[in-house]
Amino acid sequence: MATPLLQVCNLVVEFPTRRGTLTAVDDISFDIAEGEVLGVVGESGAGKSMTGAAVIGLLEPPGRIASGEILLEGRRIDNLPYEKMRRIRGREIGAIFQDPLTSLNPLYSIGRQLTETIMTHTDMTPTQARARAVELLAEVGIPAPERRVDQYPHQFSGGMRQRVVIALALCVNPRLIIADEPTTALDVSIQAQIIALLKRLCREHGTAVMLVTHDMGVIAETADRVAVMYAGRIAEIGPVREVIKNAKHPYTHGLMGSIPAIGHDADRLEQIPGSMPRLTDIPRGCAFNPRCLHAFDRCRQDRPELIAVEDGQVSCWLYDTSAGRTTAEAKAIVASRSGTAMERADG
Amino acid sequence: MAEAAKIHDPAASGTVLKVAGLKRYFDVSAPWLNRVLERQPRQILKAVDGIDLEIARGETFGLVGESGCGKSTVARLIVGLHGPTAGSIELEGRNIAGLSRKQMGPVRRRLQMIFQDPYASLNPRWRVRDIVAEPIRAFGLAADKAAVDRRVGELLEQVRLNPRDGEKFPHEFSGGQRQRISIARALASNPEFLVCDEPTSALDVSVQAQILNLMRDLQRDLGLTYLFISHNLAVVYHISNRVGVMYLGKMVEQAPAKTLFTTPRHPYTRLLLDTIPDLDMTGRERTPVGGEVPNPITPPPGCSFHPRCPFATERCRAEMPQPLAMPGGATVACHGVEEGRVPDGPVLAAPAAPKGVTSVHAPE
Repeated sequence: MATPLLQVCNLVVEFPTRRGTLTAVDDISFDIAEGEVLGVVGESGAGKSMTGAAVIGLLEPPGRIASGEILLEGRRIDNLPYEKMRRIRGREIGAIFQDPLTSLNPLYSIGRQLTETIMTHTDMTPTQARARAVELLAEVGIPAPERRVDQYPHQFSGGMRQRVVIALALCVNPRLIIADEPTTALDVSIQAQIIALLKRLCREHGTAVMLVTHDMGVIAETADRVAVMYAGRIAEIGPVREVIKNAKHPYTHGLMGSIPAIGHDADRLEQIPGSMPRLTDIPRGCAFNPRCLHAFDRCRQDRPELIAVEDGQVSCWLYDTSAGRTTAEAKAIVASRSGTAMERADG
Repeated sequence: MAEAAKIHDPAASGTVLKVAGLKRYFDVSAPWLNRVLERQPRQILKAVDGIDLEIARGETFGLVGESGCGKSTVARLIVGLHGPTAGSIELEGRNIAGLSRKQMGPVRRRLQMIFQDPYASLNPRWRVRDIVAEPIRAFGLAADKAAVDRRVGELLEQVRLNPRDGEKFPHEFSGGQRQRISIARALASNPEFLVCDEPTSALDVSVQAQILNLMRDLQRDLGLTYLFISHNLAVVYHISNRVGVMYLGKMVEQAPAKTLFTTPRHPYTRLLLDTIPDLDMTGRERTPVGGEVPNPITPPPGCSFHPRCPFATERCRAEMPQPLAMPGGATVACHGVEEGRVPDGPVLAAPAAPKGVTSVHAPE
């Protein structure tokens, strides 16, 4: 296989505070192939947005990359000087953030923001850049783009603004887009439009996407592979269908059971006891062990590494081959968590 | 059989809340001088424009819709945080619409609300025990301080918190725990009816599951009736007995939860159901329905959904549809359904075969 587009190796993101250093992202590794959509899910505080910010070089100080490497097409980009990183941002890596209103400057017209970005990264003339801006607005499905291009962000609705933000991210054909909760601020019917648009454009342009979201439904529809994060670490990573239908990590398994679904008539939802640990007191060993129904001594002592299981990887000692357990046995243990799990499976 | 029917038949257990022709308009006009100088007309926002609903004792009525459809205004009208422009709200047969503050007092004891944001709805300077004790003191429900403390401890246990947590301040709790505190406060006055406005929208899914399970348990133990407002259809499906769908201040469809989700009739309900991303839909290509919710200040004439509706005709553009009773306890406000122009056919297959979820059809 060729070099993946993006490689993240042993990334650690730290926040030095007065009360000690907080580790927001703790030694994670993954990669994204060209044209692939990688979903990154997790609950608040899992470190998913931090990972995205680290890749694009927009960690808010005092946050910093403490160790690890980020490679774009084999070149390291995590240690570049600010100016060089600025050239990569926009041209090679685009970004879409949650709130379309704060990603756009309210004082500049949409057209000016688009042409400015295009001219920064290419050597188009202002006339060419403007023509390209109109073309982009048409591409993201904004009606009457010739007229809309001179309007200001407040004249656009939420869904339309997010389309503009997508146009901004795509305007110089980046290789990779970091989309951090791109549909969270939108209503469901608009959300569907935005997902469809993002999928279509990325396929047409061959752009890879790192899609950060807490919404499993969005991931299910959009991503090729998914990484599930918990307390700054990757719990499980694999093809999206595998992770959703055939979750291996006890956390993923519990998470899937806790999502209410139309058509599932369970009286009670499966629930994971407790809540995510604070960054100040992440437990020893596996970060999930105090909430895990299957934790044993080793889970409380040693932190599990990602172990290749079937098509994916999972960081759980149950799947450690030295214990002499087969994958099927380990999965049976995870699935045996409660009666509700069985009821759900039976419909 | 008779016994079972009694439990499940809402009519037998009686109606707790009955809302008829409820309207709330907001005047959003520019100041008088601007209107005169710039010759602007008055602008009226019809946030809630004539809705009817009935909620039976012990049941959960789910209210869904996209932002700006008026569902939160309905919640605020029912608990009396807004006065209605027109219409009646009957709580156990007594009209509580437009009561004075003083008259509303005893009603409030029986009618409590849980808000969306557990970070904004708890006073950060109060200890949890004071937050939970406030309704007990306000309604004089306990004889002395010891009784108040006992009751607060009881309530905290009821929502699966430790009675000792009462000494802490809200900032020491996570979002899910704060929502438990809000629930304890709402239960403090022994209400019969809870209005829950997006109670789990600010929470992570695993915490949402804990809160939904807790609400189910409390409903069973205390015989509570819920009005549950959410934009999340799956949550509403999970928790509700009956569901109402709102669009631009109007109720477009109302039906038992199962019926609504298996055989949605109104084109808007179908659009909503068709657009929710589902775990079973990996890799599915969808054709999203275009358009957005129009500006509620200038809603389209006739049926307000017609600009986005694939079945719209001249009549839809001119005449406002009225709610029409359908078999199976549903009510639909749609000319197309009335005239039989909107083809029916299940959108969801039977719950026993979750595979069928993928077969959501796009109306041709």
